[in-house]
Amino acid sequence: MNPGSPAAAFPAIFVAALRKHGFDFFAGVPCSLVKGIIRELEGGSDYVSETREDAALGLAAGAYLAGRLPAVVMQNSGLGVSLNALGSLHRIYAMSCLLLITWRGHDGKDAPEHNILGPETPRVLDLMGIAHREPESQDGLIEAVGWAARTTVETRQPVAIIVRPGMGA
Amino acid sequence: MTLESAIAIVHDHAQDALVVHANGMISRAGFTHRDRPEHFYMIGSMGLASSIGLGVALARPDRRVVVCDGDGNVLMNMGTLALVGARRPTNLLHVCLDNGVYGSTGNQRTLSNDVALEKVAGAAGYAATRRVDDVAALRAALDELGGQPGPAFLLVRITPDLPDPLFGRVSIDPPALTERFRGAAAAR
Repeated sequence: MNPGSPAAAFPAIFVAALRKHGFDFFAGVPCSLVKGIIRELEGGSDYVSETREDAALGLAAGAYLAGRLPAVVMQNSGLGVSLNALGSLHRIYAMSCLLLITWRGHDGKDAPEHNILGPETPRVLDLMGIAHREPESQDGLIEAVGWAARTTVETRQPVAIIVRPGMGA
Repeated sequence: MTLESAIAIVHDHAQDALVVHANGMISRAGFTHRDRPEHFYMIGSMGLASSIGLGVALARPDRRVVVCDGDGNVLMNMGTLALVGARRPTNLLHVCLDNGVYGSTGNQRTLSNDVALEKVAGAAGYAATRRVDDVAALRAALDELGGQPGPAFLLVRITPDLPDPLFGRVSIDPPALTERFRGAAAAR
């Protein structure tokens, strides 16, 4: 968090960073931890509100095939839904995509439904061979966007930014 | 009507469209019948053919997009019927090659025998839907749907019969398929 900065400004700054670094197709399933970012994305014409996280990844794959650089927003519960798409579509077909994954249950002390996958979220990404960062500040999140864009384009593989609770995102 | 005869007719209609083939026998039949850079073949990610096709259609509204889907795939991802109905991309033709079974895993029955998927698509908001079960009707429906704005859903009842010898597998490496399709999409 950046004390003193207006809470509403960060989502706009973050989405501007996404666009500046080339992301030009957005899809996702909501999470309260990034409701500001989603509201900001919905203000553009290029955000698709999806029904399931793996379907959002299918949409992103199609957009990538058509020349776009996609980003998909999801809660980490949706990462569980997405494992087959990541493993049998993006990873093997070499498709760039940013996963913006919120981190419910990171400390194992969240609502019960988040406390199994929550603490293991980074390890699940490791197992899937997906590079990830989990910044601890708003500045860190902005910096991670540049890393994510470079990495996903150079490697043609999906990459993830994990958004912790309380980031004002 | 067999899968290979239906695929051949859909390919003839698709011409310069970008075409997404669902995993399993549909990709194998499509690859075997006619391969071109504008074709994408799923080998995994079952259910997502319609999502991939919709992504292409939304990103390139100036190009015609055809999805060669299957009944098992459609049933696995019915939310995407709703998303197509909500976004209404006029350039999307969603073909469901419906053999009523999971053909790659031993012909287990699918729910398409009990649920009319073209009616689901219509209720979800596709601009037009058709159900055909012979070659002449398939050709006529493709001509008709090709001449009007989509999104259109065309359910093609086919038999579960497969040729002997069976279609070969898609022999192009997945990353090469991705690059080839991206090149074909960018070319015009």
